[in-house]
Amino acid sequence: MQLQTEQLQSAAGFKFDNVKRNQLLADKGLKLSTAKKTGTTIVGLVFKDGVVLGADTRATSGPIVADKNCEKIHYLAPNMYCCGAGTAADTEFTTNMVSSQIALHSLDTGREARVVTAMTMLKQHLFRHQGYIGASLILGGYDVTGPHLFSIHPHGSTDKLPYLTDGSGSLAAMSMFESRWRPSMSREEAIELVKDAIEAGIFNDMGSGSNVDVCVITQGNVEYLRGYSRPNQRVEKEQSYTFARGTTEYYVPRAAPQPAEVASAMDTSA
Amino acid sequence: MKLRAELAIKCATHESQTESRNHSIMQYNGSAIVAMVGKNCVAIAADKRLGQQALTVDMDFEKVFRMTDRTFIGLSGLAADVKTVHDTLRMRVNLYKHREERVIEPKTMAHLVSHMLYERRFGPYYIEPIIAGLDKDNKPYICATDLIGCLSLPEDFVVTGTASDNLFGMCESLWEPELEPEDLFETISQALLNAVDRDAMSGWGAVVHIITPDGVITRDIKGRMD
Amino acid sequence: MNFAEMHQPEFAQAPATERHSHGRWEPYVDNGGTSLAIAGSDYVVVASDARQSNGYIINSRYSPKAFQLTNNVILATSGYAADAKRLVEVLEQNSQMYFHKHEKPMSTTATAQMLSNTLYGRRFFPYYVFPILAGLDTEGRGAVFAYDPVGNMERVVYRAFGSAAALVQPFLDSAVGFKNQRNADATRLLDREQALKIAIDAFTGAAERDIHTGDWLDIYIVDGNGVQHQKRELKHD
Repeated sequence: MQLQTEQLQSAAGFKFDNVKRNQLLADKGLKLSTAKKTGTTIVGLVFKDGVVLGADTRATSGPIVADKNCEKIHYLAPNMYCCGAGTAADTEFTTNMVSSQIALHSLDTGREARVVTAMTMLKQHLFRHQGYIGASLILGGYDVTGPHLFSIHPHGSTDKLPYLTDGSGSLAAMSMFESRWRPSMSREEAIELVKDAIEAGIFNDMGSGSNVDVCVITQGNVEYLRGYSRPNQRVEKEQSYTFARGTTEYYVPRAAPQPAEVASAMDTSA
Repeated sequence: MKLRAELAIKCATHESQTESRNHSIMQYNGSAIVAMVGKNCVAIAADKRLGQQALTVDMDFEKVFRMTDRTFIGLSGLAADVKTVHDTLRMRVNLYKHREERVIEPKTMAHLVSHMLYERRFGPYYIEPIIAGLDKDNKPYICATDLIGCLSLPEDFVVTGTASDNLFGMCESLWEPELEPEDLFETISQALLNAVDRDAMSGWGAVVHIITPDGVITRDIKGRMD
Repeated sequence: MNFAEMHQPEFAQAPATERHSHGRWEPYVDNGGTSLAIAGSDYVVVASDARQSNGYIINSRYSPKAFQLTNNVILATSGYAADAKRLVEVLEQNSQMYFHKHEKPMSTTATAQMLSNTLYGRRFFPYYVFPILAGLDTEGRGAVFAYDPVGNMERVVYRAFGSAAALVQPFLDSAVGFKNQRNADATRLLDREQALKIAIDAFTGAAERDIHTGDWLDIYIVDGNGVQHQKRELKHD
């Protein structure tokens, strides 16, 4: 028993035991649904003292907004953050996994991890899965060698550039960068440009929306500005739509179900 | 596609456009689940239908489960996976209790579910869960995930199932902050009833659970049975 | 099965050789957007958002979908904007012809029937439009007519069509139809101010969750004094 549960818990990597069943359902003519893919605007740029990352906060499923204020700038290490576009779950889990590996790596080496290390771990993970992990990332950080900004594509290719955009709003955002980015910008100018680039995506790309998150990474310091700009607050409703108590009819109250912690689901008393 | 003859009868609304959705696995059994945050309380409600496409098979099918005293999970999607995931989660929550000698918090359970789903990234369970509960400080917690475990944590309400669009529309207009348990009951019930009445795949009765620091109120609400 | 797939006319099938180089001809586009109408005892409220979009792109932030056809008839549309524009032109021409022929304006119910006939006239290559026609009937009561793209007509008290119809219609069932409420009179009609508030709240809610609905809201109120139009701002993201 002990052995079995430990095997159950410690099995690492992906499980494929549902694949055959799912293929059978697909062959019967049932469409396999796909995961939440987010339209997104994410950007990053290098300025005089470091890097600035930016992202919108809309998560969509089809034409419907599933989350109006989600976080797309993921924590990687104390000196590194990573913006994610593409399949929402993939960006979340890929950055989480690499984040924990970097934490262990830092403890092993006794040093702060370098941005290239994180970039290499991310690209090797994505390349290993041949593009099936749909994560499109912009990685920014500041290490012993200075500020770095990378984009990492789902198949594992990477670019190192002074300014980057990605997601469905990348063209709108890039139009701001191409017209206004210049080397050695000040911190204030850089934040303003990132904000404007994300807002270009928010307003002109329907896959992006709601608020602007900004993350400024400089030597030995990170400032995560959640909701730096909120240009899309909902206006007050014309009236309230609460109901008088007793409006909804229900059958005689029944006892709430009890959680089947030990009783019916499994007997662990022995 | 030779379905033209059917058009005049069927396309009374825009729904004809989304007809193909009925053939996807997520729409096969039909469901509507919603959770809302209130003042020191949370509510979770679900319809009771189990169908095989347009055929209704069961009108008392359980989709919301009480995993601990004050944490509930609602599972929409393929009924086979609703059962499988519920049973697996039951085991994991029980194991947690025995190992840690404490009851699992809603946030912890959300991450447990999220990892269970992402583990099967390339051969998923066809379910979209929502979790509602009160944490150890009586703070309301709600969350939803997609079928491969991407968490979303809004502060107002979460919806899932074949009537999710309808529920989004209802909740967006009816919900407001700081509702007392009895007012939250009315709001979540009305949101669910009116949503399922415009979805052919869900309805046929509904159940509402209101989770408060003093205990759980469970009510079977009356709705249209067609 | 989407509308466009179902409505491939025979002649839309290009010869096999041509298909290889050009792909299949797509006669329809869904330009998104939402329209609704609510009828009262002596008025109707019609509301449409003004965003016109294609995929993730916004074509126009102010491209009205609701049109004033005659002195007291409003046509609110959704679906394919080009077809809606053409449909309105045809209806306007025909109601003008009616006016000159009969020396009186066309009644709301007659316009409603004409719209149905016009749509069914294109039964095998339809206008991809989901129309809602609103006005006052001969007794001066609010009248709302809802149609499918091939002319099936229904007189209703309230209706929502378009990309956010699934979000708005259940809300109208609750707020206008008083459905599922124990002590409510489901046949009660709202007064004009309430209907206007509900129409506005329906759209602020829809604009939050439907990416195709937003930018501006056109509202028409028709009553015994004529037509009143107002324009409101919705979210632009």
